[in-house]
Amino acid sequence: MTNSQLTPGVVPGRLSPQEYDANFADVAPPLDAHEAQVAADRCYFCHDAPCMTACPTSIDIPLFIRQIATGTPEAAAKTILGQNILGGMCARVCPTETLCEGDCVRMESEGKPVEIGALQRFATDRLMAAGKHPFTRAAPTGKSVAVVGAGPAGLSAAHRLAMHGHEVTIYDARPKPGGLNEYGIASYKAPEAFASAEVAWLLQIGGITVMQNWQMGRAGDGTLDDLLADHDAVFLGMGLSGVNALNLPGEELAIPATDFIAALRQTEDLSTLPIGRKVVVIGGGMTAVDAAVQAKLLGAETSTIVYRRSQGEMPASEHEQDHALGCNVRLICNAAPVAIHAVEGGLEVEFARTETTGAGLRKLDDTFRLKADQVFTAIGQTLGATPAEIRLAGGKIAVDGAGRTSLSRVWAGGDCALGGEDLTVTAVAEGRDAAEDMHKFLMGE
Amino acid sequence: MADLRSEFVGIKSPNPFWLASAPPTDKEYNVRRAYEAGWGGVVWKTLGSEGPPVVNVSGPRYGVIYGADRRVLGINNIELITDRPLEVNLREIKSVKRDYPDRALVVSLMVPCDEASWKAILPLVEETGADGVELNFGCPHGMAERGMGSAVGQVPEYIEMVTRWVKQNTRMPCIVKLTPNITDVRKPAEAAKRGGADAVSLINTINSITSVNLDDFAPEPMIDGMGTHGGYCGPAVKPIALNMVAEIARNAETAGLPISGIGGVTTWRDAAEFMALGAGNVQVCTAAMTYGFKVVQEMISGLSEYMDRKGMVSTSEIVGRAVPKVTDWQYLNLNYVTKAVINQDDCIKCGRCYAACEDTSHQAIAMDEDRTFTVKDEECVACNLCVDVCPVDCITMRELAKGETDPRTGREVGDYANWTTHPNNPSSASFCGLRPAE
Ligand SMILES: Cc1cc2nc3c(=O)[nH]c(=O)nc-3n(C[C@H](O)[C@H](O)[C@H](O)COP(=O)(O)OP(=O)(O)OC[C@H]3O[C@@H](n4cnc5c(N)ncnc54)[C@H](O)[C@@H]3O)c2cc1C
Ligand SMILES: Cc1cc2nc3c(=O)[nH]c(=O)nc-3n(C[C@H](O)[C@H](O)[C@H](O)COP(=O)(O)O)c2cc1C
Ligand code: SF4
Repeated sequence: MTNSQLTPGVVPGRLSPQEYDANFADVAPPLDAHEAQVAADRCYFCHDAPCMTACPTSIDIPLFIRQIATGTPEAAAKTILGQNILGGMCARVCPTETLCEGDCVRMESEGKPVEIGALQRFATDRLMAAGKHPFTRAAPTGKSVAVVGAGPAGLSAAHRLAMHGHEVTIYDARPKPGGLNEYGIASYKAPEAFASAEVAWLLQIGGITVMQNWQMGRAGDGTLDDLLADHDAVFLGMGLSGVNALNLPGEELAIPATDFIAALRQTEDLSTLPIGRKVVVIGGGMTAVDAAVQAKLLGAETSTIVYRRSQGEMPASEHEQDHALGCNVRLICNAAPVAIHAVEGGLEVEFARTETTGAGLRKLDDTFRLKADQVFTAIGQTLGATPAEIRLAGGKIAVDGAGRTSLSRVWAGGDCALGGEDLTVTAVAEGRDAAEDMHKFLMGE
Repeated sequence: MADLRSEFVGIKSPNPFWLASAPPTDKEYNVRRAYEAGWGGVVWKTLGSEGPPVVNVSGPRYGVIYGADRRVLGINNIELITDRPLEVNLREIKSVKRDYPDRALVVSLMVPCDEASWKAILPLVEETGADGVELNFGCPHGMAERGMGSAVGQVPEYIEMVTRWVKQNTRMPCIVKLTPNITDVRKPAEAAKRGGADAVSLINTINSITSVNLDDFAPEPMIDGMGTHGGYCGPAVKPIALNMVAEIARNAETAGLPISGIGGVTTWRDAAEFMALGAGNVQVCTAAMTYGFKVVQEMISGLSEYMDRKGMVSTSEIVGRAVPKVTDWQYLNLNYVTKAVINQDDCIKCGRCYAACEDTSHQAIAMDEDRTFTVKDEECVACNLCVDVCPVDCITMRELAKGETDPRTGREVGDYANWTTHPNNPSSASFCGLRPAE
């Protein structure tokens, strides 16, 4: 080990190999069979279960838990995957504390929910380890569908369409499928290349062709019109490929947190990934937390999240905040960036203290500077280039309940579409529901 | 701390908690440790006649029923009586009794159904200094096929005959242990009394198959691919045992006959319940087999705390106290009306009461948009199912006062009246329906 946590600048190899391994190991290790049995026994099998209502994909949670409890985890997996084909990833990344587990009636009685996420993982892991794909395709319909984006929304839509017997081609701009599952999710949430294994498992349904490095709108690749000419219908699941700008002096010195995370996710040997001794992350959501935590885990001496509003207003859940604090990430609230300065030996980020008034957030004259070797911005992602003719609303593609856009034969879902939280599970639900509507349309119903 | 000292058919013990005749009492090593742990007495594992002892299977002899979290609710076994030589057992009994004179030590016996066999063994037991004998007329497997155990216990005449032989051939108190594998437990109890028994103990284990292996398609526990019925015991059998104890306690023929209550006793509360229904003491097997001898310490502290709370100074104040309250259905007050009430502060909104009542009872629970559950008094028949399935015990029954109108029937709550006088009862004087033509 040539470098340490104290080495100035942005350098790789700040930790020992063992430390990298430990830091990026499974953050929530899987339940073994006994633990799963004990956890499953706690489920009350509620009527019209609140957890099920809270799940954006409406998985029948009491049923799958009962299936685990009675020794049939593969049947449980089928219950899960029938509603949510990425139930394996969702089991790892869903903020269950604000979804199913948050509404578990045991929260009311004991403050300790049934471990739904962990049980979901137990069941889906078992089925996937057995290499089984429990769904088969309906007879071919002769219809063909283009899916733009191989993220959770696109994969979910593609799987459902293929199951109904349609031919599906997924077009994705990146070299690997998976979307943010592959390039965005914190690596300790889904280690051991789970994202790519899950995609390969999902594609076992058949009838899905994946075209990588194909970006809609890029010269040489094709346009939405091209897709509409070649296919009977199109699903857009492009996610949010742009990032919000800071709009302040020196912003070119900052790096989008999503770029940092994508690079991290694609680095085989983390000891080769350079990280600053002092890292500052601007933002207050899940992306800010993931960037700051992983910077710390890579060996940054300090990693500081600076959020412009109060801690209570942070979009990152309490659970996420606790995780960050537990990883020794520093949190500074009520401070907004005003400039990034290049100084001798690194950077300095200048912040103004803020206060919230009736008129909104106001910067005060009180300012301070934080030294930094790396500055990451995590202040929100934006929709990338979209065909001009499609109607937008609130910076996203406008859709109705079933994902229909303003263009005929075009549906959209996931982060790029209006409505729902920007979460993996929401993207899966929207992709699935759009696919059902597309199926009806394609079959002339 | 309350005085738990107990005297049962003249046998004294520091508390009413005895270990039942079973593996926990099969040898000196166990019994010494049981006494050290605090057990008031033991019934030694059943002895057979002199000569080569029985042999047990060398594969699994227990099956199990689990509740949540693998909690043992019931065990079944295909074990026989002691498989150790008679002389060894007798020697050990003598040595233990000598060292623990204040503890009860009763010896369980099962020998062939002829007077000579009983005449032969009784003096040997007497010689050990044991406090009494228990006649095992209950074992439901293995021994019954040889004309012993439940083969005797199922025929009241045999019970009476053997009991009489025993009473004629020993001065020791004689407890007759009954099998539950009969239709009317009062008959064998009456027979025991006629034969001169000092007490009955019950229940022995219940014929059972706990599970079937779905790969090998054989009952479990499986011995080389085959299985047989065993005897069921543990918490799951307690309700059956309680009823049988109560039946004997309130039967005029056997009223006053001391009863040693057995079957699923796991906590002080179970013991107190048996005693309230007429048991003078209790015997325990499965709880010890599941948790070890230490469980008796909770039974001791729990029962004495309860007695202190109730201002009771002797366990005899509990014994039989609930017997007068056990009646036949036809004497229950049909004018007693209650309604379920859900405590909204404690409700966790799981909806189990709703599912139970809506799907299988009387559609008497309403569910709001926000998952507030309320009882519709005009539908509630007070069946208690919602109370039973609620995981947090937030539903109670409210008793309607006399004169209050029951919204379900529109009738005012009246005075005590039971089925015997009910107008719907064909055999009541006030019958309102058509009688078949004479
Ligand atoms: C850092 C980070 C951490 C997150 N952590 C969590 C978490 O822990 N739990 C959680 O539930 N959610 C998390 N999310 C949110 C979650 O990842 C997204 O909500 C989800 O991935 C959205 O799925 P999607 O399919 O709509 O879009 P994406 O996953 O973004 O996939 C879009 C795909 O479209 C492709 N694409 C884009 N434009 C084009 C084009 N023009 N032509 C062709 N292909 C194109 C992209 O390459 C990409 O593969 C996180 C997000 C980020 C950024
Ligand atoms: C493995 C096993 C062996 C038993 N052997 C005998 C026995 O030899 N003699 C006897 O009278 N009862 C025997 N019993 C029955 C118990 O004494 C007791 O009546 C029964 O288990 C019910 O009590 P419990 O619910 O506390 O276990 C045996 C029970 C078990 C579990
Ligand atoms: S007591 Fe029975 S009928 Fe009344 S509300 Fe409860 S379950 Fe329904």
